[in-house]
Amino acid sequence: MLRFKENLYRWIFTIMAFASLVFLVGIVTILFKEAFPIFKKIKVLEFIFGKYWYPTYQPPEFGIFPLIMASLWVSIGAMLVCIPLGVGSALYLNELASPRQKSILKPLIEILASIPSVVYGFFGMVVLAPFLQNLFNLPTGLCALTASITLGIMATPTVCSIAEDALSYVPNSFREASFALGANRWETLIKVVIPAAGSGISTAVILGMSRAIGETMTVLMVAGGAAVIPKSFFDPVRPMTSAIAAEMGETSMGSDHFHALFAIALILFLTTFLFNIIAEFISRRYRLKLGLNI
Amino acid sequence: MRKQLTQRIGFTLLSLSIFITLIFLFIIIYFIIIRGIKVISWEFLTQPPREAMTEGGVAPAIIGTLYLTFGAVIFSFPLGIACAIYLNEYSPKNYIVNIIRLSINNLAGVPSVVFGLFGLTVFVKYFGFGVSILSGSLTLGILVLPVIISASQEALLAVSHSLREASLALGATKWQTIRRVILPSALPGILTGLILSIGRVAGETAPILFTAAVFYLKGYPKSIFSEVMALPYHIYALMTEGIHPDKQTTIAYGCCLILLFLVLLISLTAVIIRQKQRRFYE
Repeated sequence: MLRFKENLYRWIFTIMAFASLVFLVGIVTILFKEAFPIFKKIKVLEFIFGKYWYPTYQPPEFGIFPLIMASLWVSIGAMLVCIPLGVGSALYLNELASPRQKSILKPLIEILASIPSVVYGFFGMVVLAPFLQNLFNLPTGLCALTASITLGIMATPTVCSIAEDALSYVPNSFREASFALGANRWETLIKVVIPAAGSGISTAVILGMSRAIGETMTVLMVAGGAAVIPKSFFDPVRPMTSAIAAEMGETSMGSDHFHALFAIALILFLTTFLFNIIAEFISRRYRLKLGLNI
Repeated sequence: MRKQLTQRIGFTLLSLSIFITLIFLFIIIYFIIIRGIKVISWEFLTQPPREAMTEGGVAPAIIGTLYLTFGAVIFSFPLGIACAIYLNEYSPKNYIVNIIRLSINNLAGVPSVVFGLFGLTVFVKYFGFGVSILSGSLTLGILVLPVIISASQEALLAVSHSLREASLALGATKWQTIRRVILPSALPGILTGLILSIGRVAGETAPILFTAAVFYLKGYPKSIFSEVMALPYHIYALMTEGIHPDKQTTIAYGCCLILLFLVLLISLTAVIIRQKQRRFYE
């Protein structure tokens, strides 16, 4: 009887453990299934490199190149904000801060991470956009620049906490060896600690990028929404996520537009999936390099 | 001398980067508190909206957010904890575990709007739940599952091996050990993870765009199959729809303050639990 109960629990836990796998496979299946019909009407390359996104025109045009470029511009802009801020903060926390400072600063960064994306979007719309509009004398404050800054601030805590983890794995013996050779703290940081934690830091950057590409509400509210290929950071843009979020409500189930939006989601999913796999791969090699057994 | 100077410049830059990050935090919180507090009143918290969203309160949105969060949590907590227990206590170390671990990591990286599409096709259409609290809760539940699993796993890992071995040596079976020894000592850690995931769910917007949320609902939701107003969606809708942008922005400030207050209260609870637990172990 006891034996039976033990086995029963083992089976229950085993089955429930597969839930994430089931959901992930489910998501992939749904995306492929719902995206497939649009590729019967339009070639994959035409879809990706088509320059015009006019899904509601007669006849409609489904080229998502402007959306892809918008996502790229905004994410790269966000990276320019969050890599220096995030990695710099992580270095400060790990190498310079006293334990007391750290115990105050870290929770503050965690608060930044817990602010909902819609609040960031709101902040971007009502504070940052008017400010930048006045500063640069723009026709509209809702543009790629505003979206980049807002997203960048949002991704900073992500980058910071992963980079900080990586830095904390660097054994103290590395630092002590460097000091013993006569290097000062800054030289040790630049020539020993950062190279040792390099791949961990690049994992942080990749995951930050992945987060920025996939973020929806902020760009939906702040980026401006024009589906044209951006020429400068001051242009209003429509990244892939915001196209899906803004247009899904207005399409009818099973129309070409509906399937095209799923195709965008599929491309988005594959991109972030690729980023995550690369990050996973790098961080595994990094741990091996430092002799960590995880 | 030059070495000293470079060091000083370098350290200043690092301090500057964390300073700028925190400045942004303070600006965001400052604006929302200063402008939001003017709107907050007893009426705002307890009354439904009136006059095309320009008067009255946001009570239905607050209640709706509580419903959705609660629904997501009762769906994903048992699943997440069970998965963590399996990975930590039962799993053989082979490729199956690697596949599960990989899928958890990747599920955590899926953009939130993609969860929304999944919920729309599966829960709203295929299962026929419609745009409802149920569909929204399930979608949010899947989104937050990886967070719960990794938090619980971390808590289980922290339980020392000697406890486990002592229990097994006393003749307890595996399940008895898990239930009476491991889970109680991992509980504070698991709890922290759960609370943080509640904060995450409460603020998510994209997954409920097509699965649960509406801008205006007459009265309160009557069952798990009704549509629902939600605080984060309400903020978005106030800023992008409607015909009185100025008045709506004012109300959106109030909504942001409530949402921020809820989320920060939740993470503060988690931080306090974590610190108590740390003191306990020291």
